[in-house]
Amino acid sequence: MIYLTLFYEFFKIGLFSIGGGLATLPFLYKLAEKRPDWLTIQTIADMIAVSESTPGPIGINMATYAGYQVAGIFGGIIATLGEVAPSIIIIVIIAKFLAEFDKNPLVKHAFYGLRAAVVGLITFALLKLLSVTLLTDGAINYLNAGLYLVFVALVLIFKKAHPLIWILLGALIGLMLGLPS
Amino acid sequence: MKKTSLWDLYFTFFKIGGLTFGGGYAMLPLLQEEVVNKRRWASEEELLDMYAIGQVTPGIIAVNTATMVGYRKRGILGGIIATLGEISPSILIITTLATILLRYKDAVYLQQAFVGIRIAVCATVTVSIIKLMKKSLVDLPTVLFYLLVVASTLMFSLSPIIVVIVAILFGIVVQNIKCKKERT
Repeated sequence: MIYLTLFYEFFKIGLFSIGGGLATLPFLYKLAEKRPDWLTIQTIADMIAVSESTPGPIGINMATYAGYQVAGIFGGIIATLGEVAPSIIIIVIIAKFLAEFDKNPLVKHAFYGLRAAVVGLITFALLKLLSVTLLTDGAINYLNAGLYLVFVALVLIFKKAHPLIWILLGALIGLMLGLPS
Repeated sequence: MKKTSLWDLYFTFFKIGGLTFGGGYAMLPLLQEEVVNKRRWASEEELLDMYAIGQVTPGIIAVNTATMVGYRKRGILGGIIATLGEISPSILIITTLATILLRYKDAVYLQQAFVGIRIAVCATVTVSIIKLMKKSLVDLPTVLFYLLVVASTLMFSLSPIIVVIVAILFGIVVQNIKCKKERT
């Protein structure tokens, strides 16, 4: 039953991704590794693009997109519900019993390690993304690599610019140069 | 005071979900406007507390905060309804976009555009990581642990779930050692 598997996989993502935004990325990458018929690394990059340039939490947008890709409209809904189900359960428990949860020293100590690990996991996902974007048949594609460095510089310089601008600029450059996939 | 209606909860969070770009950190100003100023469902301090808890609990920050506000107003059902409101715009917009994109995925111009888009996405993710590093890698143990996570996930294709569990233990152990050192 595909819907049950989808719900289960995204329930796990919702339960273990802590720290917002891109924290679900390493889990999606892992899912692509486990079920290449569901997702590929290229489609993850496309999902980030769509999720960053549309309203709504990035994690939710990516879950809907991934679920849709696997099993259509209903798949998108099931994956998203799977991802939010652990939140609802955990938050209700915390709201009921642990009012000062975020001020608990144990939670603070755990986050000291957790934050470093989350950046590490996102870095790992980025390296995988870079390897499919900047390498062609195992050799570095200098045009793409050069464009990547230019984009990093632009994003660093224009900190306030909306990600949508970079995505549109990327699309425009891809079309103008006729970048081969 | 009048009981908050479930419709109100749903539509308020529908609005917040539909107007926030980028989720998590971008939603705070909107939450303040809707939840504190307009609806008076919580005070400024209460909202910031709920938001802080949303950041340190598993799952999407926006969803955690929505559940908490909904739960306070109308119990478990309120939490569920607020969350459904928060995620509804995403489901509508993403489903529409994904339908269009997947229908034309073989079109050459779309493929070319997406090669450029992937490069741009790598850049935005790179910059997000740089920002996160400044906040998260605060001393030698965290830097070393970060490098260990990157190396071990690349080499052994570890499950992120295991990494998260080890990181929690690492944080508690290292901080306890630090506290003991300070005491002696």
